[in-house]
Amino acid sequence: MPLGLGRVGVVFLVVLAVAAVAVPVLNLTFPPQSAWHVPTTTVVLFGKYLCYALLALSIDLVWGYCGILSLGHGAFFALGGYAIGMHLMREIGSRGVYGNPVLPDFMVFLNWKELPWYWYGFDHLWFAVLMVLLVPGALAFVFGAFAFRSRVTGVYLSIITQAMTYALLLAFFRNDMGFGGNNGLTDFKDVLGIDLQKDSTRAGLFALSAIALGAGFLVCRAIVSSKLGKVLVAVRDAESRTRFIGYRVEHYKLFVFTVSAMMAGVAGALYVPQVGIINPSEFAPANSIEAVIWVAVGGRGTLVGAALGAVVVNVGKSWFTGALPELWLFALGGLFVFVTLFLPKGLLGLVRPRTAKPAAAVDEPPVEAPERRAAE
Amino acid sequence: MSFWTNARRAVLVVSVLIGCQILGLPAAALADADAVRAKIEALATADFAAKEAIVTELAAMGDAAAVPALRAFGDGDLQLRKSDGKVVIAVRDGKVYKASDPITGEDFGEVDRKLLDKIRVNNNLRRAVRAAIGSLTLLSKDPEIRRQAAESVLKSRDPSAIDTLDEAIAAETEADVRLLMEQAKAAAVLQTDRPAADKLAAVQVIAARGDQEAKDILAALAASADGDVKTAAAEAIAKIEQSLVLWAAVQNVWYGLSLGSVLLLAAIGLAITFGVMGVINMAHGEMVMIGAYVTFMVQELIRTSAPWLFDVSLLIALPLAFLTAGAVGVAIERGIIRWLYGRPLETLLATWGLSLILQQAVRSLFGPTNREVGAPSWMSGAFDLGGLTLTYGRVWIIVFAIAVFALLVVVLRRTAFGLQMRAVTQNRRMASSMGIRTTWVDALTFGLGSGVAGVAGVALSQIDNVSPNLGQSYIIDSFMVVVFGGVGNLWGTLVGALTLGVVNKFLEPYAGAVLGKILVLVFIILFIQKRPRGMFALKGRAVES
Repeated sequence: MPLGLGRVGVVFLVVLAVAAVAVPVLNLTFPPQSAWHVPTTTVVLFGKYLCYALLALSIDLVWGYCGILSLGHGAFFALGGYAIGMHLMREIGSRGVYGNPVLPDFMVFLNWKELPWYWYGFDHLWFAVLMVLLVPGALAFVFGAFAFRSRVTGVYLSIITQAMTYALLLAFFRNDMGFGGNNGLTDFKDVLGIDLQKDSTRAGLFALSAIALGAGFLVCRAIVSSKLGKVLVAVRDAESRTRFIGYRVEHYKLFVFTVSAMMAGVAGALYVPQVGIINPSEFAPANSIEAVIWVAVGGRGTLVGAALGAVVVNVGKSWFTGALPELWLFALGGLFVFVTLFLPKGLLGLVRPRTAKPAAAVDEPPVEAPERRAAE
Repeated sequence: MSFWTNARRAVLVVSVLIGCQILGLPAAALADADAVRAKIEALATADFAAKEAIVTELAAMGDAAAVPALRAFGDGDLQLRKSDGKVVIAVRDGKVYKASDPITGEDFGEVDRKLLDKIRVNNNLRRAVRAAIGSLTLLSKDPEIRRQAAESVLKSRDPSAIDTLDEAIAAETEADVRLLMEQAKAAAVLQTDRPAADKLAAVQVIAARGDQEAKDILAALAASADGDVKTAAAEAIAKIEQSLVLWAAVQNVWYGLSLGSVLLLAAIGLAITFGVMGVINMAHGEMVMIGAYVTFMVQELIRTSAPWLFDVSLLIALPLAFLTAGAVGVAIERGIIRWLYGRPLETLLATWGLSLILQQAVRSLFGPTNREVGAPSWMSGAFDLGGLTLTYGRVWIIVFAIAVFALLVVVLRRTAFGLQMRAVTQNRRMASSMGIRTTWVDALTFGLGSGVAGVAGVALSQIDNVSPNLGQSYIIDSFMVVVFGGVGNLWGTLVGALTLGVVNKFLEPYAGAVLGKILVLVFIILFIQKRPRGMFALKGRAVES
């Protein structure tokens, strides 16, 4: 099969491509009363889900293929969001409440006299996009370099990634950080001179999210089906053994962790213009853990499953919080328990039973066995 | 000029304090009050000589009820109401006068200036009034009034009080009040032009006090005096500053220990489930929350059916919280965790899901708002220790945390159950071969850890909001403590909690509360890089698995 995509992968890409074209067309060309019309709210909602799916994909890359359970990927997502949010704030220009051409409203409100140095350059979109990749990437690189070199693994790594996102949460809540404190960045007007509220912009962002998800999928696929990807799986299943064979395990981990963080950053950057706000609560550890459960629901180590899980869980969340808000946390909590106990392979494990052809074995590593042995 | 303002301030402070005091006077004192009132009414018609006699008589009666009226008299606020010939305290408030009863302080409302006749006073009389107030309060029968009077003289440093103070010191029976009076006298002496020897002695008395107040007094002296007195004052100030710095450090340590004990309480149950069993229990915070809600329910029950038991409500809640949280813990272990042994990441996710369910369950049962948990009388209030003010609540929480810790150490080290527990965690198969029912030990160990978390919840309900989110705020901190201290080691948890608490409190003055916390988190992240298994890591082959 081309690129080792697998049947499911091809189906996934085709669905994405169709959605990227069809949804904007159905939204923009048909009048609202037509049965073919896709309402803008739905477009925005599913645009959001696609961003979540990209985040889930990035988590699956490190967790499913390299055994790194990061409980701090929400931090990379949020950092990407803040980077693009800063550009959108600068785009407001003198149309803000206080009409200051340079300073965003919250800075005028806090009596700041000039732009802090780390806001320089964000008036250019290309710079912001670069930062969307570089800031989460750099954080992941530094954090990973420390953690993997000193062989912090398993649960310890999970806990310190959680501490990282918690520290960032506290930091971004501070007003004097210069990121809008509690309220975050909001009231965006336009991007590249195009109104963000217009239907065509929203449809465009949806298409862009779908393309980004497809591209992210191809990147992940390329990584995991390469020789490098095989080493990653080896690290996941028997880290010490891989090291003893002669691989520099920490380099592999660092590479995949950094790539994954950049993908999460892109997801955040596409998310923010669609929801119109970014605030520190995106850093909450609970968000990161929730993203991990999307991956578990869809099927860990399958990529497509992760994206699927993100969409399924979030559709469920939207429905629950609308219809039965009291029960949502019961459902989500129950999902965590149910999936870990009864669905270790996730939803995709249901449609792709164990009796699949041996060629697909790469996608279905024996997840539990080595860990169990190690614990005995 | 400053002499007068000082004096007036002294009188004001004293009388306000006394004013509070007389509201609580028993009925038996009413006869005295009538006599005092008669004297005060007589002031309205007497001439200056007669007024002085009346003031002296009032002082001799020794009834502090006269103090507000005397104070008003000295300030020129004691006036005659023409309509009924009654003496009132009338204080100017903008264009009108606010009248009140000179003895009870009862409010008579606003009175026009034309309807009032001021009872005149001269400097001679003012002096007599101040002396009378001083002796009424400094020589009062109530030691608390004497203490307050001495304190107000210490603040005002009024030299005219020296004679009364001498008299009061001679008569004083309570050592601490006498000390305060001597300090007040010393402060007053420093304001006079007495010989240097007297002043040097006074400097020593003030220096021995050693607090901010003493430093202020001596600083004022060092600025105005010269010669030996100046050097003595400067030396004393240096010494006081040193001790103040020391006390500030001690206070930081105390706050740090207090925070550390809270962290210890929150983390100690986790030290068992995570540290000993290796189970990542993200629902640990919810066990703490359950303990807090058990406390709330116990108090509600006591409020409605047995209010006299309120002071022991926490003691009743302790075993109940332990049993409730412990039972929930055993249920979790039997129902979920035992299927996930050896899969720590899955355990983490499943218990996180459980924590969401438990939170929502509590939210549905008790509502999302904070619940009121009261403090029993023996936990409220505070006491002074040197330069510190310690609240009883905090002291008890530290004591409680240490007690829980000690009890756990004993259980683990000295009981059969503890022995089995350690055996199972060190070598499950061997323990099983020796006839230990490992599954039971697992369940009970998890129950113990959860129960201890519940007990912590009882204590934390005293200092935190009892809401469904209570546990969430502790879970990350708890994990930090356990990981920092060293997994599998209770002593590590103790040292880790106290260290983090103290470090946090020492950072706070420089960095602010939030930044301090961020710095601590960054510090722990870096620390784990250096020592991935914590401060007190287990050694040996068991570590590698």
